[in-house]
Amino acid sequence: MNDLGWIDAVVAGVRPQVMGALLRYFRDLDTAEEAFQEACLRALRTWPQNGPPRDAAAWLILVGRNAAMDDVRKRARHTELPDEAELSDLGDAEASLADRLDGEHYRDDILRLLFICCHPELPATQQIALALRIVCGLSVGQIARAFLVSEAAMEQRITRAKAKIGNAKVAFETPGAAERAERLAAVAAMLYLIFNEGYSTTLAEAEARAPLAEEAIRLVRLLLRLFPTEPEIMGLTALMLLQQSRAAARFDGDGNVILLEDQDRNLWSTSDIAEGLALIDKAMRHRRPGPYQIQAAIAALHARAECAENTDWPQIDLLYANLERLQPSPVVTLNRAVAVSKVKGPQAALDMIEPLGARLQGYFYFHGVKGALLQRLDRNDEAREAFRRAIALAHTPAEAAHIRQHLDRLSS
Amino acid sequence: MLYAILCYNSEDAIGSWSKEQHAETMTRLHKVHEKLEKQNRIGPVARLLPTTAATTLRKGREDVVIDGPFAETKEQLLGFYIVDCASLDGAIEVARDLAKANPLTGAYEIRPVAQLHESHLPTEKKPAA
Repeated sequence: MNDLGWIDAVVAGVRPQVMGALLRYFRDLDTAEEAFQEACLRALRTWPQNGPPRDAAAWLILVGRNAAMDDVRKRARHTELPDEAELSDLGDAEASLADRLDGEHYRDDILRLLFICCHPELPATQQIALALRIVCGLSVGQIARAFLVSEAAMEQRITRAKAKIGNAKVAFETPGAAERAERLAAVAAMLYLIFNEGYSTTLAEAEARAPLAEEAIRLVRLLLRLFPTEPEIMGLTALMLLQQSRAAARFDGDGNVILLEDQDRNLWSTSDIAEGLALIDKAMRHRRPGPYQIQAAIAALHARAECAENTDWPQIDLLYANLERLQPSPVVTLNRAVAVSKVKGPQAALDMIEPLGARLQGYFYFHGVKGALLQRLDRNDEAREAFRRAIALAHTPAEAAHIRQHLDRLSS
Repeated sequence: MLYAILCYNSEDAIGSWSKEQHAETMTRLHKVHEKLEKQNRIGPVARLLPTTAATTLRKGREDVVIDGPFAETKEQLLGFYIVDCASLDGAIEVARDLAKANPLTGAYEIRPVAQLHESHLPTEKKPAA
C-alpha cells in the first residue's frame, strides 16, 4: 500500500471542511490556503508513523490555524505554540473541543466556501476552475488539462478569479434561512455546471475531463450530507448519478457518440443507478418537486427500462410538461418533443418545435432533432437541409459524425 | 458461533479514493472473502449505499420518517459480514484481516449473533434492481 496515496485521500476527504473553517478564521482565501498547505505538510510528516488521527479534520483545522498564528507570533517574538507531534495525539477532551468549535459551523463553512466560488461576476468557467482548485484541491495542471488550456493560462485565470472575489464582500456571519437557501441554490447550479463540463465531452477528452464529473458527485454528496432533507439536492445527486451511470456506454470504439436508445444497457453502472433511484424515491416523499428532481425522474425512467422499447415515454412526456411549467425554456420544449414523437408520432413533435426555430436556430441539437423528425415524415430534402445545418453547428467532430451518418442513410 | 462484523468508516475518506485505490482495496477484500468461503465460514455480506441514501424511522407517540442515517457520526456503518468463528479470538482475527485489506481509517464492531433467520430471497435477487 502506498501510504502517502491513502493519506492524500484522507486529506482530500476533509479538505472542504478544513478550508471552510480556516476561511472563517482568517477571512482571506490566500491565508486560508497557506494555512491548509502548512497543515498538510505537517500531516504528511507525522501521519505516516502513527496513522491519521481519528478526527483528521479537527487536527488539520487546529494545526493550520496554529501554524498561521504561529507565524504572526514568531514575527512578534512571542512564545511558540506546542508542536504538532503533541497535537497528533489530540486527547478526547481536545478533540471534542475542536468538534464543538467547528461542528456547529462547518455546514455553513463549507457552504460559504462553495458559495464564494459561484460569485455572479465570475464567468462559469472561472467559477468551476476556482471550485476545483480551492474546494477540491485539484492541481492547476489537472484543471488546465480538463479545460484544454496551458497551465500558465489556467494559473492566470484562477489568480484573476481570486482577485475578483477578494474585492467582493462575502458575509461571514451565520446566514439566515433565506440567505442559506439562496446560497444552496447557487452552489447546486455550480456543481451541475462542473458535472456537465465533465460529462458533455468527446471520447478523446473523456480521460482528462472525467475527474470533473467525479468531483461534482463527491461535492454534491457532501452537500446532501450537510442538508439531508433538501429534496432538490437529493434530486441533483440522483440526476448526476443516473447520468454518470451511462458513462461507459456513451461512445463506441471509434469515439462515435452512441445515443441513449442505442446504448448497451449492460454497460450501465448498476450501483450508480441503485443509488440514484434510492435518492429520487426519498425526494418524492417530500412532495416539493423542482427542476432537478424532475430531470432525475426522467433519467430514472430511462434507467428502469430494460431496453429502449420499454421506455415509459408517456410518463416522460408528462414530466417534461411539468418541467416546462417550472422552468420554461425552448430547450426543455425541444426535449419534450422527442418524447412526444414517441407517443404521438413525428408530426405532433414537429408542430411543437417549429415555433422554437427563431430562438434555437443556432442550436446544434434543434436541427438534429428537426432533421430526424422530417426524415420520419419522408420529407427528405428538408431533412437533409436540417442535418446540414446541424453539422455546421456541431461542437465536436463526434457530434458532426453522428449527424453525417443520418445524412448518409438518407442518400442511400 | 456466528458473529456479525459491522464495518464503520469515514465516507469522506472513502469518497476520495481514486478508482485504482477502490479496485486495489476490493481485490484485497476478495482474498479475505475467498479464504472464508473455502472454509465455509462466510454468511450474508452486504455493502450499503452511502448514508445519503438512508432514511430513518424514529418511533414516538407518532412515528417520524427522517432523511439520513440513524446516527450522525464521523464514521458510519457502511456494511457488514456474518462469519462463523470458533471463538471471539477467531472473529477478531477475521476483523484484523479485513482491517489489513482496508487502508488507514475505519473500525470493525464484532457482535455475536443471537439468531439468524434463513433467507427467503429468490436467489436471482440483485440489490441494484
